[in-house]
Amino acid sequence: MADSASNDAFVEFDRVQKSYDGETLVVKDLNLSLPRGEFLTMLGPSGSGKTTCLMMLAGFETATHGDIRLGGTSINNIPPHKRGIGMVFQNYALFPHMTIAENLSFPLEVRKMGKTEREEKIMRALDMVEMGAFGGRRPAQLSGGQQQRIALARALVFEPELVLMDEPLGALDKQLREKMQFEITNLAHNLGITTVYVTHDQTEALTMSDRVAVFDDGRIQQLDPPDTLYENPQNSFVAQFIGENNTLEGVVKEINNGIAIVELDDGELIDCKPVHDSVKPGARTRVSIRPERVEYNKDRIQEGAHTLKAEVKEFIYMGDIFRTRLSVAGNDEFVIKTRNAPDVERLTPGQQIEIGWLPEDCRALDA
Amino acid sequence: MGGPVSPQKIGRHISLTCENNGDIMTDATSQSGPMLAADGTPLKKSLARALRMQKTRALMLIAPLLVFVLVSFIFPIGKMLFKSVENDIVVETIPLTVAELQNWDAESGALPDEALYAAFVSDMVVAINAKRHTRLGTRLNYEHTGMSSLFRKSGRKIKKLDPATDGPFKEQLIAIDKKWGDVTTWAVIKTHSVKITNGYFLNAIDMQRTPEGAQAQPEDKRILIKLFQRTLFMSLMITVSCILLGYPVAWLLANLPSRTANILMILVLLPFWTSLLVRTSAWKVMLQQQGVINEVLVWIGLVADDARLVMINNQFGTIVAMTHILLPFMILPMYSVMQTIQPTYLRAAKSMGATNWTAFWRVYFPLSVPGIGAGSILVFILAIGYYITPEIVGGTKGVFISNRIAYHISSSLNWGLAAALGTILLGVVLLLYWCYDKIVGIDNVKLG
Repeated sequence: MADSASNDAFVEFDRVQKSYDGETLVVKDLNLSLPRGEFLTMLGPSGSGKTTCLMMLAGFETATHGDIRLGGTSINNIPPHKRGIGMVFQNYALFPHMTIAENLSFPLEVRKMGKTEREEKIMRALDMVEMGAFGGRRPAQLSGGQQQRIALARALVFEPELVLMDEPLGALDKQLREKMQFEITNLAHNLGITTVYVTHDQTEALTMSDRVAVFDDGRIQQLDPPDTLYENPQNSFVAQFIGENNTLEGVVKEINNGIAIVELDDGELIDCKPVHDSVKPGARTRVSIRPERVEYNKDRIQEGAHTLKAEVKEFIYMGDIFRTRLSVAGNDEFVIKTRNAPDVERLTPGQQIEIGWLPEDCRALDA
Repeated sequence: MGGPVSPQKIGRHISLTCENNGDIMTDATSQSGPMLAADGTPLKKSLARALRMQKTRALMLIAPLLVFVLVSFIFPIGKMLFKSVENDIVVETIPLTVAELQNWDAESGALPDEALYAAFVSDMVVAINAKRHTRLGTRLNYEHTGMSSLFRKSGRKIKKLDPATDGPFKEQLIAIDKKWGDVTTWAVIKTHSVKITNGYFLNAIDMQRTPEGAQAQPEDKRILIKLFQRTLFMSLMITVSCILLGYPVAWLLANLPSRTANILMILVLLPFWTSLLVRTSAWKVMLQQQGVINEVLVWIGLVADDARLVMINNQFGTIVAMTHILLPFMILPMYSVMQTIQPTYLRAAKSMGATNWTAFWRVYFPLSVPGIGAGSILVFILAIGYYITPEIVGGTKGVFISNRIAYHISSSLNWGLAAALGTILLGVVLLLYWCYDKIVGIDNVKLG
């Protein structure tokens, strides 16, 4: 969990709880702190509490318990319009009755800024998102991607230190989404603004963020940089949620020198790296292995790898990779991914093969 | 609608014929000018033919309604509008007289000569036998008081005259009633002897048709312009009160959780399920001097017993009752527009630093204007032609132009004037609608 008391924290959630109906908690004991300039993504399935957290930070929802601090001062009782936080909404929320320039002018006008200063800032913000020529248009005349850029420019035009984004790329097609992901991260880093980004798309979270907070059931399950998150998931939820993952279930036999011996349900014994606190001799566990860490070509299986027998169920040619579904230790949904190389054998369903992986790629997590 | 022969085959056939004729054209599309279908007919014609069947079928489906509307609505309205200028009665009843009147100069001040009196007697004898002379008298009485009784009384005596033998008639007629010796009588008949008249319209705007042209009515007869102004003013007041009262309700409807909003919606729609007459009468009970409101005010001592408020049979009563009756017509269009305004707009405005009021005024309100526009048009147009409620609670000071139209239709039987007033009312509504379209744009209006 995050070190909530760190002094350089810019945004801080301190034991925050939120309930809508007084019976169930949507957010349970949230502790989170962001340093200035960080790009943090809140990732999680719908209903995991991530959007509620964002709305509490923006001021549209009040925390039932706990403190939210911005720059060291509690903002629990500050209304949204005084928080000075820029926000990009899911469906952009560009005012349809105003032109693009008027949309951008709005936050400056409510700050009683002079006309020349306003025009200068609007121009700069529009140029920043490469939409300089569109000031006179109305939102309805722009494409989705263009509206997205304007929404971004509008959230940045009054130079907030913190920008919140609520699934801003959800409505765009894949190609445009990837382009915008890149642009948003660049912009955020170049301007040095702190960003809290909410999404349910794990690829988006991994490619954009400095750190990702994985939400489930009202709690942060893991808060780490993307690579750590992917390679060292701390529990089976994170392992399942981030990327593709194979799970084998069994009972821990013993733990020696940081290696756990797990007896799978079909009696097979494998070596694993114990990760979760609950992994103790005699306890049930779920073993997680990434599909791309499993090999079946005999000459590619590394030394020290653990090998198991498997039966090919399905072999799919996907161009850059082969995706093979296997039956391993009673699990028919065991998937492996192999890079398409000249020396890789193509399998046929029904074929009996031997697969192998390194013990450190095989993580024993909570059951 | 595929025929037995495919178009391609026809096309090939045609192009072959063309080649035989030495024509260089082989492909329909290579030709400049109108596009041709595969068989060489212009594409537009071909398309129209293909769609004709569909169009006919659609027309057949709406034909019953179309005929019904035509027979029961468009035709009677057209006929009624025409009544406002129609004036056949004078020419048809006394044709010879009208012909003779052309030779008489009303401005000379001299009475017409014997020929006209003779023509008049022959006309009248025919008319009296057909019992049409009193109707003419009534018609002319609209323009000049006394004409009705003149025709009725003289009729009885003229009946005994024989146009062939009893002449000369000038002295006899003046003896029957000395008004026949008055230049004014003949001048009125001459003035209103045209087949198409602007007389009713002039009357409708407090003027009259005279031998000297259009002139203002005497002061004491000018009531209609005032009535038009009052109708417009009160309709405007009703529209404004509906906006003020309806806007918050529509906002609540659009923003409350759906369960509460549904209950509120039923309350809004409740008046629709109650008779208009019942609701209007209820206001009578509420507002009259011995009514509920006055009794309560006297009881709590806010108003003295001998100084009870006059809230009915005046403009106040009409405005209150009609605002209540027309309110749903304002709320519903407003609500349907407000429902489409996403709450994120307000959140976005607040996140950018706008206070609640600024967010409302700069963002929410402009987006709700189409709803206000739609509701206002609806309420204003309904109000301007309203009849029942002003009739019941309006007294004399709170009635509308429509009540005057009803009076002329059913009591004074001056249908020409009623039609002219109705035409003007229709014109005013269309004019306002046009202005509104110019200012707000009718495309911005949403009714649901």
